[in-house]
Amino acid sequence: MHKKTGVPLFHISKRKALPWYGGWAIRGGAIVLAMVVCAIVTTLLTGENPLAVYATMLEGAFGTQRRIWILLQNIAILLCISLAVTPAFKMRFWNIGAEGQVLMGCLANAACLILLGDKIPNWLLILITVIASCAAGAIWAAIPAFFKAKWNTNETLFTLMMNYVATQLVAFFVIVWEVPKGAGQIGIINQKTEAGWLPQIGGNKYLLSILVVALVTVFMYFYLSRSKHGYEIAVVGESERTARYVGIKVKKVIIRTMVLSGAICGLAGLLLVGGINHTITTTVAGGLGFTAVMVSWLAKFNPLTMVFTSFLLVFLDRGANQISTDFGLNHSFGDILAGIILFFIIGCEFFIQYKLSFRKTVKKEEG
Amino acid sequence: MFDFVTFIPRAVMQSIPLLYGSTGETITEKSGNLNLGIPGIMYVGGICGVIGAFFYEQHAAAMNGFLAVLIPMLCCLLGSGLMGLLYCFLTVSLRANQNVTGLAMTTFGVGFGNFFGGSLIKLTGSEVPNIALSATSSYFSASLPFADKLGWFGKIFLPYGFLAYLAIAIALIASYILKRTRTGLHLRAVGESPATADAAGINISRYKYAATIIGSMIAGLGGLYYVMDYACGVWSNNAFGDRGWLAIALVIFTIWRPNVGILASMLFGGLYILYLFLPSGSLSIKELYKMLPYVVTIIVLVITSMRNKREDQPPESLGKSYFREER
Repeated sequence: MHKKTGVPLFHISKRKALPWYGGWAIRGGAIVLAMVVCAIVTTLLTGENPLAVYATMLEGAFGTQRRIWILLQNIAILLCISLAVTPAFKMRFWNIGAEGQVLMGCLANAACLILLGDKIPNWLLILITVIASCAAGAIWAAIPAFFKAKWNTNETLFTLMMNYVATQLVAFFVIVWEVPKGAGQIGIINQKTEAGWLPQIGGNKYLLSILVVALVTVFMYFYLSRSKHGYEIAVVGESERTARYVGIKVKKVIIRTMVLSGAICGLAGLLLVGGINHTITTTVAGGLGFTAVMVSWLAKFNPLTMVFTSFLLVFLDRGANQISTDFGLNHSFGDILAGIILFFIIGCEFFIQYKLSFRKTVKKEEG
Repeated sequence: MFDFVTFIPRAVMQSIPLLYGSTGETITEKSGNLNLGIPGIMYVGGICGVIGAFFYEQHAAAMNGFLAVLIPMLCCLLGSGLMGLLYCFLTVSLRANQNVTGLAMTTFGVGFGNFFGGSLIKLTGSEVPNIALSATSSYFSASLPFADKLGWFGKIFLPYGFLAYLAIAIALIASYILKRTRTGLHLRAVGESPATADAAGINISRYKYAATIIGSMIAGLGGLYYVMDYACGVWSNNAFGDRGWLAIALVIFTIWRPNVGILASMLFGGLYILYLFLPSGSLSIKELYKMLPYVVTIIVLVITSMRNKREDQPPESLGKSYFREER
């Protein structure tokens, strides 16, 4: 008598590690597939030839020398914030408060420039702004970390709320310091004296941010992979219990890592205000904090890979800018494309980690 | 003298999108999915309603009141339901990280809403100067006819369109289902400990999918209310602002209880516009008032984690994907 056994159509099992090119092949395939879908969407929505749209994107990102510099600079800032959130994420501390931490860094920087602008020598002012920005970001990050360490307060929600508190603080100070009165904005700070403005290297105003972030990238790579702190972060991230059994003080690691995370966010704020914009508004961070979360996650928390993922996202943004100007489309079109590509990349991770085994034909057994 | 009779209706009108968003997100979070895409989903719900109403207004010779309400609502539910389905597919079936998926959905949803809001006219080649769906909006915001005659009672309790009352009804129904029915119990079990629920025979994926899709649809209605009722049928890009995040804050503030959300959303709605009603007070201080809902939420978050009462904690498996073979 034979039993009727139902074998499922496919079953999911975790893969053992793929060879290194396997993962990248799958991701590459996902990006190609995403591009195809984007092309279809573009043609459906706008009736334009998708190749023309892509050509415009490339032109918008690389078209002129100035555009290439801007591209590199935007990559630098996004990369900086992504590097900042990486140690926290490696520790499975979901710090989505990067936006707020960057804003606090910007605020501290602007505060120093406005309040101390003419009173102390320039080199001292710049030094103070560096320390103040990093400290402001660090403190803003340490608050959720402290509560998580002590009372296990949910860090995703806490850091998320801190973002908006920071935005409102910036809005408050923008009005307190507005120039001229009643304009609702601060305008360029210290425009005539350039007091406290970060120096330009070699007369090129884009180079400073790029160099600073390159240094931070190298630092973060070695910090995470070769230092004792990095090891502790990895262990806490994998399993908090194991970390405790080994003797790692988890509370200390959480607070220390978040202080570092916030400090680097503050550094990004310093670059944004002191180096690039020389002013502060509530949108100066422009949602970079949230994009950085995705950049960091997509790169699997590897600082070197992050260079490429941030390049991808900045490229999409710059390209979308160009598309909206050239084709008269709304700028938000770039967000739609970015969203589609992100969905595909997020989805393809499944195929890297797990494999599907389809059912083979089963011979019936005679009883 | 603080003008309550004007303040309260406006606070309530602010609160309805928040109530929709937070009820939807509470249902989703109770199943263990932290859907940070709610702001995007509310945009998508609003714009889908706008698209539906736009085509209906353009092509209908005479508008039937019932259809004028039904078509945008169906479009809105469809759009936001699809977004919820996408979120679930990525996080439950493909086991992606929920935070990243949610943030990607917010980016996509806000872009989707703003793109169509800005370009609908150009895309469809119609000749209207801007999208002003005042006819549809009047159907949505039609209030009880005798409201005006009841003085202050009428002004405070009765001048709202039907979507507002629907929001309160949905919140009460959701609260009842969560606390007093077997389905609600199973849903809460899935959110607290999926492994245990799985062992008890509950279909984890089905509950997560259902909770997320239904939650997204409810949240999408919030976007629809905002455009059709509050904004009188006029879509302006980014007008919806950060209300989606405020709705997520509200979920925490109400400790995952939709019935508390009814009053709490009015509190948040009131705080959101309080600065308009305060006498003199400098512009800068008014910015600080806008911070209040978030600060209050943080305080609630900290206090509930300090007291550590089991009923007040977030669902235990919030934010984590469930894979049966992993233990």
